[in-house]
This record gives sequence, structure tokens and C-alpha cells, in this order.
Amino acid sequence: MPYVSLILGRVFKAVIVLLAILVFNFFLIHAAPGDPAAVMAGEAGATDQQFLEDLRERFGLDQSLPVQLWRYMSGVLQLDFGYSYRQQMPVLDLILDRLPATLLLTGAAFVISLAFGILAGTLAAMRAKRPSGSVIMGLSLLFYATPLYWVAMMAVLVFSVMLDWLPAYGYSTVGAGYTGLTHVGDVAVHLILPALTLGLFFMAVYTRMTRTSMLSVSQQDFVKTARAKGLAPGVIQRRHILRNALLPIITLAGLQAGQMVGGAVLTETVFAWPGIGRLMYEALMQRDYNLLLGIFFFCALLVILFNMLTDVIYRLADPRIKEAT
Amino acid sequence: MTLLSSVTGRLTAAALTLSFAAPVLAQETPQAGGVANVAIQPEPPGLMLPLVQNAPTQRVAGNIFESLLRYSTDLEPMPQLAETWEISDDGLTYTFHLHPDVKWHDGEAFSSADVVFSADVFLRQTNPRTRVILDHVESIEAPDDNTVVFTLKEPFPAFIQAFEVGTMPMVPKHIYEGTDFYNNPANNHPVGTGPFEFAKWDRGSVIELDKNPDYYEDGKPYLDKIYWHVIPDAASRAAAYENGTLDIMPAGSVENFDIPRLSEMDGSCMTESGNEYFNPFAMLWLNNREGPTADKRFRQAVMYAIDRDFAKNVLWNGLGEVPNGPFNSTLASHDDDLEQYPYDPDKAEALLDEMGYDGEPVRLLPLPYGETWTRWGEAVRQNLEDVGINIETESSDVAGWNQKISDWDYDIAFTYLFQYGDPSLGIARTYMSSNIAKGSPWNNVEGYANPKVDELFAKAAVENDSEKRQAMYDEVQQILHDDVPLAWIMELAQPTIYRCNVHDLITTGIGLSDGFKNAWIEQQ
Repeated sequence: MPYVSLILGRVFKAVIVLLAILVFNFFLIHAAPGDPAAVMAGEAGATDQQFLEDLRERFGLDQSLPVQLWRYMSGVLQLDFGYSYRQQMPVLDLILDRLPATLLLTGAAFVISLAFGILAGTLAAMRAKRPSGSVIMGLSLLFYATPLYWVAMMAVLVFSVMLDWLPAYGYSTVGAGYTGLTHVGDVAVHLILPALTLGLFFMAVYTRMTRTSMLSVSQQDFVKTARAKGLAPGVIQRRHILRNALLPIITLAGLQAGQMVGGAVLTETVFAWPGIGRLMYEALMQRDYNLLLGIFFFCALLVILFNMLTDVIYRLADPRIKEAT
Repeated sequence: MTLLSSVTGRLTAAALTLSFAAPVLAQETPQAGGVANVAIQPEPPGLMLPLVQNAPTQRVAGNIFESLLRYSTDLEPMPQLAETWEISDDGLTYTFHLHPDVKWHDGEAFSSADVVFSADVFLRQTNPRTRVILDHVESIEAPDDNTVVFTLKEPFPAFIQAFEVGTMPMVPKHIYEGTDFYNNPANNHPVGTGPFEFAKWDRGSVIELDKNPDYYEDGKPYLDKIYWHVIPDAASRAAAYENGTLDIMPAGSVENFDIPRLSEMDGSCMTESGNEYFNPFAMLWLNNREGPTADKRFRQAVMYAIDRDFAKNVLWNGLGEVPNGPFNSTLASHDDDLEQYPYDPDKAEALLDEMGYDGEPVRLLPLPYGETWTRWGEAVRQNLEDVGINIETESSDVAGWNQKISDWDYDIAFTYLFQYGDPSLGIARTYMSSNIAKGSPWNNVEGYANPKVDELFAKAAVENDSEKRQAMYDEVQQILHDDVPLAWIMELAQPTIYRCNVHDLITTGIGLSDGFKNAWIEQQ
């Protein structure tokens, strides 16, 4: 029973937070100079007062700000996220259309960074005093410090332009018309460079964190006890040290997972990956208010969901937490 | 005269055929088949060209939609949906004879009723630029299925320049009549008469156009498909051309510093043609209302202080022209004899001394259109600081830039404007005081008001006698040249980079923006 009320309380809080985020974002983006009508008129290269007034009336921008907010919020409460002025499509359609590509990219990057990060961090901890450990740490520092867009550009230059091994951009081969397994393979090949690029930074973070965490756990008394009992070193590393060292990693993974919708703007731009991050950036540049608010909503929703999920996983990884709450 | 115009129309058609025949004989006859992979940036907001007026939309939809005419690289009208046309001696009646066998992409026949609907109903409502032109029109009538007659209120010689596809695209009456134009479902699957049909649009990735198999010009188009690749990053677009994925890079696809590298690759060609109708003219808005820029001597000093040749040679790879005044040099009415403002910092300093400039800060707003424009902003800032002007650079995104200019909240600001082939369409709007109104970044935002200039532009626009018209345009150029309402910094070049096995890619003064009708790919 307390578990259920805990979750209900959490959900209630989440709804309040979401609504507050929407209202805050609404005022924030209306504070930016320019409105979508002016941007569209600007792109047209010619305009007159009638054109601007027509646009503002169609978009509902001729109403006062509170009226616009009221209309928007009452729409959202009925799960109607409005219409993208610019793309001439319902916001929900646009977001759902782009969401799979982004989740595929960020999901792949998440798995790659977590798996290889923990592996490399464990190795580095076990070889802390040997050169191979230093090499791993040196590489991870390099990946940690290199700007993402630069890595992306270099990856394209080396692997696409010079070696011609991998496609330079896009989600699938244009005009190939692949279906079934060939299509899956085609998408996978296109996924390699962007997912690796996006994953490298977090991989480096996980590597460093795993190593530090494992080294500090390995100093603790229960590890000494395990050694004294004569357990095999591998078992000690896996079951005693790694498992106890995982908590900070879970925290970080929860944060990374929360960024899965909106956190890939640069990678999606460089690799022309048709995802949400690009959609968001373009909506911002064009002051496409409804679309931008819709994407913010989904980003916030995902962050909240993953925070809750992280809490649950904490309890699975470390049963002591359950008792504490 | 009536007969003569008609003959001219036919002659232009004949000349076109001839000019085609020459390269065709030299190389090979056009080969049918093949696919064009083209870069498009930014992704168009929609493809319904009669509703959505912007450059990327027209790049793609210029293949789907057509207008009555096209224009040669000398801006002479050429036949398209209209086979022939006549202009009456008094300049008041324009009669177009339409091609008889044209069908919309959905199979319906195209007729004069569509022309009347497009011009008189649809575009008057949706296109602000066309609306201004149509203000000169008294009536539009269709005496029979293949004839359309425009009757003007007064002579307006620039009217013959208005039948370009972006200005006067034909809209299918049977689909749009009586509907809410903005919410018509056909907007997502546009129907035109053009050489290519809309096939598919994966938003964020690619727009696919298919050959129109029933196109009314025999054998055309030659290409089977056009893929427009949406790639948001300029460096990635350059890489995609280098590794062979893309074949055609329209102007603006890559940053200027990449142009020499890409155009010098094996099998890579470059042309500056196809730009003549729009001819983007880069300028600095100088706020004539207040601050130092309100003083004519200050504005002249700006012209002397800026090293425009440096910008051309270093930032724009030597492409483009340094203008001598307010008219683009490709316009027939351009005055070649105007004295050029040379780069002369001493003279600029002398002018500033004379006016007693006291170091009051002057804000400079660059155009946020990518790396080249940013660097240009830095170069101009340095030029102006060298002669002692106290510059504060402001930064902004496109929407913010737009807003500041529309609200007249600037001192000096970068922009560029299209010329549209005639001073009364592209230039007068920038200088006439009747065009001063907040809310648009494209009108007389500098706030220049000179009754003589107003009168000359207004009279020249409706003067049917070309010699008298030229005399007025010469006078107005001289006045503006001395008053410097704004600084003319560059006639921008618009280089297209493409694989050399693509032939007849650009055959008009509208270039890639009115379709791939004639383009063909030489198979290896």
C-alpha cells in the first residue's frame, strides 16, 4: 500500500510540474523577439500589412497573451497540441513522425555508451596501476574533452569521404527502395557513425565514473573480507565491487536517458538524421510556438518518466534504499 | 506593334530552339533517363508555391508549378504555358494564347479559367508581392478556353516581367475554388502542370519528384526522378557532394570558402548563370531618421570607408559585382556612367570631420545567414572603425534580425533584396516614401523620403515610352547615388556547382528555381 501511494504522489507531482513547465515555456518563447508571422513574412522576401494580419489572425496571434495561453492549455488538457503554423501539420503528427528516428539514435548511443563505458571503466579499475589502464583513461579524457560536432565532422571526413565505408548522412539510402531485412541493415549502417559520435561523450563519462567508483569501493572492508575468504578475484570484481559501484552510474544513466528526446540536436544536424532535435532547433529559429511547446512537453515528460524509473532501479540495485524511504 | 510583339514571342521561342540546337550538336542529343540528387537548404515549409513564398519552396516546387512565361538570362520573356502573347500599342492590353494540350497532374485539362482564377482570386489573396502588381490590373478575362486578356488601368511596362513561376504560379481552379485555401488537403500533395509531379516527402530527409509522363512538351522532361536531400549542416552537404551522393548544389548550399574546393574537383562544373531575374543585391540599411546615419555626409563616408573589393575577392571568392549605385548592373535601365564610390578612407575621415562626428556609438547588425555573412560583418566593422566610427556590433538570430529591422530598431544593418527584373518591381519599393511602414523588413525601412524620387519612380513605372522612362531612371539613379539612402555593397553571385555530365541544367534567368525541364544526364 505505501508503495502505491508513493507512486500516486509522484504522478500527481509530475502532472503539476509538467503544467508549470508548459506555462513557463509559453511565456519564455513569447518573450523572444519576432513572431512566426514575421518570420514567414521575412522569408517571403516581400510583405504588406494585410499579409501579416492575415497570418496573425490564422495563427490566433492577434489575441492577447492570456487568451492564447488559455486556448493552448485547454487544448493540451484534451491532448490537442495544436497546429504547426509553419509546417502546416498537427504538432502531434510531426512529433510522432520524428520520434522513432530520435529514439533509435539516442537509444543506440545509450546502450553503446553504457555497455562500453562500464566495461572500459572496470578494466581501467582492475589495471589501475598498469599502462593499459592509463591508455583507457587517456582515451576517455580525450573523448570527454572533444566537442561533439568536431568528432562528427572528422568521422564523416574519414569514414565517408576518404574511406567510403559508411554513408555520410541520412537515415536510409535515398531511392534504394529497400524493404524488410535489407532496409533494417541499411538503417543500421546509417546509424553507426551518429550513434558512435553521440555515445562517445557519455562512454567517456561512464568509464571515468565506473573506475573511480570501483576503486573507492575496493578499499572497503567487505571487499577485504571477501578476499580473506579466498573468493576468486573475478567474482569479487563482479559481485562485490562492481555491483556496489553501480549506484552513481545509474544516477547518471537516468540523466542521460532523460535527454533522449532533445539531447541530440548537434548530432542530428551534422548527420542529417531526421529526428526531434533538429525539429526543435528549426522550430526555435522559426518561432513555431506550438511545435516548440509540444517538443518541450515531450522532453519534460521523458525526463520525469526516467527519473521515476531511475528511482525504481535504485531499489532493485540496492534494497537498502527501499527501507530508507 | 501588336503583330511585332507576337512575332517577338515566336522569335524568342525560335531563338531558344536554336540556342539549344548548338550545344546539342556539339555534344550529344539529350538522353532520357537518370536521377538527379540535389541539395535543398533549408527544408521548405511546404510545397504549395502559390501559398508559400520562399526560396527553398520555389527551388523544389518550381518543377511542379508553372506560369505563363519564363525569362531568358537577358530577361526576355519566353513561352511556357502561353505559346504566344501580344501587348497593345497603348500598353494597356496583354493577350496570352495558351498551349492547347496542357493537363494538370490529376488529369484535368488546364484552361484560361484556371489563369483567371489564379490571378484574380487566389494570388490576390495569398501573395503580397503579386497583389501589388495586380493593383495595376483593371480586369482579367477569358474570351475562350485558350485565351486570357489582362486589361490594365494604366500602362505598366514591368507587367510582362510578372509571369515568373514564383510570382504568378497557376493554381488548379477545380481543386481550390470555393475552399479554404490554407487548409485544402491538396496543399500536402500539390497539383500543378509542371514537368515533374510530387511523389513523396519524408520530412527531415528527402523530397521526391517523379517525371510527369504526360507533359505537353514532347520528350520532356528527360530525368526520371529528382531527389531533394535535406541536409541541415553546410559542411555535411559539402561532404555529400565530395563523396558522390549529391550531383547538384544550388547556390547557398555550401559556405563560400568551400566553393573553390568543390568546383575544382574532377568532373565538377560551376556556373553563375540562372540568377539574372532575382539578382540578390546586398546592402547596408542606414537609418535615415536619427543618429549619425541621418546625416548624408556620414552615409557617404560609409560608402568610402568600406573596402568592397576586398569583400568580393576574399569573402566571396571573386564572384559577384561591386555596384556603382542603386540599380543592379544587369538591369537594362542601369546607368553605367555613374561614378563609382572608391575605397578611400581619407575621404571618409574628411567627411566625418566636416559633419563633426563626435564618436557617438553606431550599432551594426550583421545578417545571421551563416559564416560568410558573419565574417562580412567583421570586415565592415573593421573598415568603419578604421575611419574612426565607434561601432557596436549586435548579434541576433534570423527572427530577431527581422524584428529589429521591421521595428526600425537599428543604425546600420545588413540585408539583401531581390530585384525581380525591373526597377518598379524590385527597387522602387526600397526608396519610395509611400512604402514607409513598420512591420516589414522589405520596404523602405531606412526611412528615406524625397518627393522628387517618389515622383520619378511613380512616373517611370507607368511610362510606356522607353526613352522617356530611361531618362527618369537616369535622373533617379543620380539623385540616389548622391544621397546614399543606404549603402550598396555587392551584387551577389549565386554559383551553382554540379557534375559536368548534367547538361542544360540552367537555361533561364530564373535558373534552378523554375524547373529541371531541359536538364539531362549524359550516361557514362
